[in-house]
Amino acid sequence: MDRREFLSFKKTSLQEDFGKPKIERRTTTGLAKYSGTWTKQEVAHLLRRTLFGPKLSEINSFAKKTVSEAVDSLLDTTNYVFNPPINHYQNQTADAAVPYGSTWVNAPLNVALEPNRKYSVKAWFWSLPAKQTTSIMEKMILFWHNHMPTQMQDTPVASLCYTYVKVLNDYALGNYKTLLKQMTVDPSMLYFLNGRLNTKKAPDENYGRELQELFTLGKGPNSKYTEEDVKTAARVLTGFSINFTTTPFSTSFSSANHDTTDKTFSSFYNSTKITGRTGVFAGSLELDDMLNMILSVDEVSKHICRKLYQYFVYFDIDSNTETNVIEPLAKIFRDNNYEIKPVLKALLESEHFYDNWNRACVIKDPVTHQAGFVRQFEMPFPAATDYEANYQVYALGSYYGQITQMNLGDPPSVAGWEAWYQMPLYHKIWLNSDSLPKRNQFQDYLMMTGHKVKSFNFIVDPWKISNQFSKPKDADSFIQEASDFLLALPLSSSQISNLKEILLPGGIPDYNWSDEYRAALDSGDPNHANSLATVTSKMRNLFKSIMNLSEYQLS
Amino acid sequence: MKRRLFLKAAASSSVLPISLNGMSLRTFGKESFFSVLGKRANVSDRVLVIIQMNGGNDGLNMVIPIDQYSNLSKARTNILIDQKKVLALNGTNKTGLHPKMDGLQNMFNNGLVNTIQAVGYPQPNFSHFRATDIWNSASDSDKVVTTGWIGRYLDKRYVNYPKDYPNATMPDPVAIQIGSMVPLTFMGPNVSMGMAISDPASFYNLLDGNTGGSLNTPSDIELAYIRELTQQTNQYASVVKMAASKGKNLSTKYVKGNGLCNQLKIVAKLISGGLKTPVYMVNIGGFDTHSDQTDSADTSTGSHATLMQKLSEGISAFQDDLKLLGASDRVVGMTYSEFGRRVQSNASGGTDHGAAAPLFVFGEAVQPGIIGKNPTIPNTTTVNDNVPMQNDFRQIYASILQDWFEVPSTEVKALLDNQDFNTLPIFKSNAASIEDFADMVTQIQISQVYPNPTSDFIHLKFSSDGGGMLSISVFDPLGNRVIYLEPKVYGIGEFDEILDLRGLRKGNYFVQLSSPKHQVTEHFMVY
Repeated sequence: MDRREFLSFKKTSLQEDFGKPKIERRTTTGLAKYSGTWTKQEVAHLLRRTLFGPKLSEINSFAKKTVSEAVDSLLDTTNYVFNPPINHYQNQTADAAVPYGSTWVNAPLNVALEPNRKYSVKAWFWSLPAKQTTSIMEKMILFWHNHMPTQMQDTPVASLCYTYVKVLNDYALGNYKTLLKQMTVDPSMLYFLNGRLNTKKAPDENYGRELQELFTLGKGPNSKYTEEDVKTAARVLTGFSINFTTTPFSTSFSSANHDTTDKTFSSFYNSTKITGRTGVFAGSLELDDMLNMILSVDEVSKHICRKLYQYFVYFDIDSNTETNVIEPLAKIFRDNNYEIKPVLKALLESEHFYDNWNRACVIKDPVTHQAGFVRQFEMPFPAATDYEANYQVYALGSYYGQITQMNLGDPPSVAGWEAWYQMPLYHKIWLNSDSLPKRNQFQDYLMMTGHKVKSFNFIVDPWKISNQFSKPKDADSFIQEASDFLLALPLSSSQISNLKEILLPGGIPDYNWSDEYRAALDSGDPNHANSLATVTSKMRNLFKSIMNLSEYQLS
Repeated sequence: MKRRLFLKAAASSSVLPISLNGMSLRTFGKESFFSVLGKRANVSDRVLVIIQMNGGNDGLNMVIPIDQYSNLSKARTNILIDQKKVLALNGTNKTGLHPKMDGLQNMFNNGLVNTIQAVGYPQPNFSHFRATDIWNSASDSDKVVTTGWIGRYLDKRYVNYPKDYPNATMPDPVAIQIGSMVPLTFMGPNVSMGMAISDPASFYNLLDGNTGGSLNTPSDIELAYIRELTQQTNQYASVVKMAASKGKNLSTKYVKGNGLCNQLKIVAKLISGGLKTPVYMVNIGGFDTHSDQTDSADTSTGSHATLMQKLSEGISAFQDDLKLLGASDRVVGMTYSEFGRRVQSNASGGTDHGAAAPLFVFGEAVQPGIIGKNPTIPNTTTVNDNVPMQNDFRQIYASILQDWFEVPSTEVKALLDNQDFNTLPIFKSNAASIEDFADMVTQIQISQVYPNPTSDFIHLKFSSDGGGMLSISVFDPLGNRVIYLEPKVYGIGEFDEILDLRGLRKGNYFVQLSSPKHQVTEHFMVY
């Protein structure tokens, strides 16, 4: 047995071992509004789950809000700005139609530039979480991207990769039914699931199946649509395709390719009949009817709420959770005509969400890990006008996502990433003997060495963080504030004393740290230069060591 | 021919390597080439164990200058160790060991310890952090170097680390820190060459806290999963665990509750288990003895005495274990601390941050004895007085690299910031002998320093019997080198140099005359 086999064997056995349920869930909390203590711990819990790497300043400012104000603020999109990908590639391949730094998404197709634009859109997609504002938007874009994926590598042109993300952004916090409709006819989706080939002469069942099996009803025991329903749904959707004559490309509908006969569904849908239509709006009108029909089944709201629950709370849904959380949440979803915000508000304000039982138990997905790292350390990016360098930094993040099992923009299948659906392991799938060291490598690299792009070094500035600590000159307090900031659960006293060895090796008295820190801040101190180097290096080592703890992988 | 003269002659001709069966040998100090050859381990099997004493060790209470007792007793009224209790060393009545170091005393008397006096560097730094970084990186006092001396060496020895490692030739970690943190010492130009092991049976146990805790909540379960995975994932976990399970400890001298013993026990076990790792580092903390370093009733006991005892117990048990395990010919150890402490004790019964201090290199490969003279303790001292350096710490590094790991001298120079540091006769393989270094009287001698006390200038009268390059340094009370006359050639005879002292503050000063091998130091006062 060679080394690799040995390790993968161990990995599998370990995952199997941990895959077995070890405990009975014992919490009965539900959607009642949380009224417990509201300290930075609770705030950090909320922000860790709803943002990518909350900053210290965000935790501090949210601690001054009430629970409702905090959640409302995360859900508020009034001032949200969505910037499309740009021409960062001018210095490599000149783009006659788009100036350097301007967006190419509305520019005509230029086959020679497609590789650059694909690179651009992939890098840009990773930059959204890394550079997000204090909004739940990017977490929801990722949620829907996983829920209704397409693959950028197979999308014929880069501009359609962008319009797919734009649809997610437009409706991520809007109305689920509208999102479904827009995504059904999105060119990228019409490509990915063959909708563009679905005609009355040659119906293609692909999308009709996934719409029900994955995007709405799910595969649970109460999802009893039939094979015939799949075929019927496909007939409803005939005629949609992509118009390659517009700039940018758009959705088209051909009434000639549309099946104009009536479509009757199974008894699961109460034998609903959708009247066959003709004309340019036929497809759209029948699609509306079909989505209304599917959404009239309560299971849809439960399926979406379960997925939201697994995304924001924990993968395991026991009977208590189903009864106390999922069912009332699904009712809120239906009662609000499938608006998404009321569901998120109820969940994120609930006593169940803040239940100790549900804290620090989610293994970070790779984008949350990596974009979250970049964001929480407030890493400085290259000068804003050096678009090329900025995109190279984004591409680094995108690359690390790929090698740690999360290629943003290209989920492995139409079901999304396994970690969000595959029983029994769920999010444990993110971590194995290959991906965990790479996560640590990413952290260590940007903390200790930095990634050089042209003349810029993309590296953490530890002072950006320590300057926000209340008592950085106090070694114990420094360690406490750093671990509270970086970890979702408290450290043991032995872990803390090990970390203290970094700041004060060999049990030397605490004032040595205070003195060094003071001298490092005081440019007039005779030891300033030395102290600055020493303290900077110690802070890097401390942050690195905290993040090398297993705890850092949990949110 | 007297040995010293033989070596002098050898210096010009037979420093050239002697080739024997295609193996390149340097002239060995004390034993015939053949007996040494028979005993010495292959270079690739040699191990260095570095014992870091964190906090700044009070060297004057460890290696005790018996011939300075009258002045020492004035400077250290409250912590002075009863002279009768000082442990005697074979071959000298001038220097002894702390009363609690009987283990090390036995090793010394059995020829297993080389003691180097007053090790430091020209401009001492008194910050724990900075001083530690200087020692670990081997930098000049005023330079920040972000790599370690061992890390740079290992980077050259193991080309393309970590990309091409582990491999068939080197399946094991290239450097191991017993503890939670990998030190700067092991930092290579690109990556750290070291790994930290707290317990070879259970990786990251110390760092990660106790594994196998309760599995009561979802968070417990997920955390346990990641910890378990972390242990399995470490690419060296299996080889280290295997070495730990194959390896043994045979000595009964390890003392329970002595943390250094526990760490060295792990090292001995890994060595005997077949790990090819060439460098280990262990730590003993608590040396920052600003107060109550001795018990007032019995100054041979107290916190510093306990540390001395632990150090001595640890080293002697480790050496005993290596002997029983059959590995004692291929392992050497060295101790160091980021600085020594002041000459004067303070009112709290402790000592404050100082400068130079003695250190030990031990093992069968060392020349037994003491390199350098006892520090001179002035008749009256002030609170800031320090022990001036005699030997640069990088001379010890150069000796280890060149005479233990057999790195060519040009490469040694490259590893030490392109500076020349003369090797010391620490190892039997060094061309010079320890007696040669000790036998200073007829080599160079300071005959007079006058006027003393003085103010603006001083005459330094000295003699040299061999001629050659001599340099002159003056150290201020803090241990800073304030005057340095670059080495120049003097003939045989008597010389008189006048040193300009204008601008120096009042206090105890030391003038030091140095040849490549010898140093003589005299004390004078500026008023």
